[in-house]
Amino acid sequence: MIFDAFIIAVRELRRNLLRSVLTSLGIIIGVASVITMVTLGNGATEQVRRQIASLGSNLLILHVGQAPRGHGGVRGKAPPFKLEDARAIAREIYGIEAVAPVSATPMQVIHGNRNRLTSVFGTTSEFFEVRDWPLARGRTFTVGEERAGKAVCIIGQTVAKDLFPYEDPIGNTIRLKKQAYRVVGVLGEKGMSSFGTDRDDLVVIPIKTFFRRISGNTDVGRIEVSVMDESLMEQVKIDMESLMRQRRRIRPGELDDFHVRDLREIAAILSGTTRSMTSLLAAIAAVSLLVGGIGIMNIMLVAVTERTKEIGIRMAVGALPGDVLLQFLVESVVLSSLGGILGIILAIGCSIWLSKILLVPFALDPFIVCISFLFSAAIGIAFGYFPARRAAHLNPIDALRHE
Amino acid sequence: MPGESFVTLRKITKVYGSGSAAFTALKGIDLDIAKGEFVAVMGASGSGKSTFLNILGCLDSPTSGSYKFKGLEVHRFSLNERALFRRRFLGFVFQSYNLLSRATAVENVELPLVYRRMPRKERRLMAEKALELVGLSEWAHHRPQELSGGQQQRVAIARAIVTNPELILADEPTGNLDSEMSHEIMKLLVSLNRDLGLTVVMVTHEDEMARYAHRIIRFMDGMIVNGSDELWDARQMK
Repeated sequence: MIFDAFIIAVRELRRNLLRSVLTSLGIIIGVASVITMVTLGNGATEQVRRQIASLGSNLLILHVGQAPRGHGGVRGKAPPFKLEDARAIAREIYGIEAVAPVSATPMQVIHGNRNRLTSVFGTTSEFFEVRDWPLARGRTFTVGEERAGKAVCIIGQTVAKDLFPYEDPIGNTIRLKKQAYRVVGVLGEKGMSSFGTDRDDLVVIPIKTFFRRISGNTDVGRIEVSVMDESLMEQVKIDMESLMRQRRRIRPGELDDFHVRDLREIAAILSGTTRSMTSLLAAIAAVSLLVGGIGIMNIMLVAVTERTKEIGIRMAVGALPGDVLLQFLVESVVLSSLGGILGIILAIGCSIWLSKILLVPFALDPFIVCISFLFSAAIGIAFGYFPARRAAHLNPIDALRHE
Repeated sequence: MPGESFVTLRKITKVYGSGSAAFTALKGIDLDIAKGEFVAVMGASGSGKSTFLNILGCLDSPTSGSYKFKGLEVHRFSLNERALFRRRFLGFVFQSYNLLSRATAVENVELPLVYRRMPRKERRLMAEKALELVGLSEWAHHRPQELSGGQQQRVAIARAIVTNPELILADEPTGNLDSEMSHEIMKLLVSLNRDLGLTVVMVTHEDEMARYAHRIIRFMDGMIVNGSDELWDARQMK
């Protein structure tokens, strides 16, 4: 019986092909936008996740000053870290993989007649371990170079491409503040960060060289720490906080004049933003599904009126009200599911295209596809019920007389 | 008159509307129809004969009175029971054929069997048999608009008998046909009545067609004015 109803429904919809497609356009657009939005949202979240992971998902960064929340704070008065702080962390806290003190400043870097404004990082070889950042070519600093504060450097891909378009940078020299530094290594490529900054635009030198030749003091801007395992993150963070309170002589009750930033928090904030964005867009898409449903109801009411005579004939030859109801319900469900299927096809096309343009990974969620399809079928039932009921409750005599 | 009485109508009335706008279409109909009878119903338009046929065909329910069909109290039926009753016992033939224009002849004949949940192959077989009975086997796969009026009415008759009903209700079955085709249709109805033992109740306004029936019932102003053919014959004499 359902099969017969299905055959009739398909026949009817094919007879009015243009009308059927136009009617299901609302559903097509609704389903397509829901799936596209969710797919792009997932892609963006995935991208953020990957970037955080590439930065090191087990990374903790110790900053001077209070955590950047609320207002006021003691950032200005807070004393900077020293190298000994980084050593103490490495020595006293369990679960740490690598510790890198980092001091950085923007500077002009020159080679020949080329120059570029970049960030100069003074740090140790452990920095590459903390950031999980292998070298593309060359080597890291030797112990001797670090201890003696030699004028050597490792440069990022962007700097390498800009200053050495035709030459091999390794063994060449660059100049910072009119002083020459020998390039010993080139870092691997990291690409754009989720904040839109170029992470390959940097020059790394030994921290002692940075103290002596650039900053003129021994202040460490921040201390980056990588933890052995993600499960140890919380404990390491707590231990670092108590160690630093002790070292900086902060009395109980006083506020910290430093803070430990966990990159997972940033990741959570970023994916939270994309998630709320996704739900907003999904809500808009749901409205268009609703409008699509009303369109289906409208056209089914027209179909019932058009086919009143046919309904009368069917009733006269033995169709029960339930049979007529089923017939029209099946028809509206077929119509809305058709919209669902076309919408899914459109959505896949759109998300592949958009994810290429927006440079986010294509992350189609089959669950969302199924849900959208079922939802479109459900719209057929919900909005087809009223017209179908009207058909089922027609009086056979009046229906037969209808021309 | 052959057979036992199997349709019994007692004091059937039908009132449309209410209050001062009320219109009484049937004013107390008493009638018995025996199994195997061929009854013609005549009367001017507005005399109540169509209302009567609708009530007999269970497409409409009487305002009061009792309608018994083989002991079933049809007048008490709900909407759904009436539909079930129609599909179990009745076959309809209409003046305007009422075939589905988008279905072929055999699909039209199959339609009642679809609603009886009969398997595909079986119902096709039965539909073909019914078409053979009305002499339209070679037209089975034509659509109604490709058939003549007489042929369309034959398809409609095949559709009415395919379910082996006990009562055929025909509402001016020859109303849209020329005289030659009308007589063919009447002969078909007569042969079904005679050979299959189908009870036929036919509304018509053509004396010529009514004469094929065993009995003629005349309606006037919502009442049966004459249930006997003697009086009818007497009138013809005048």
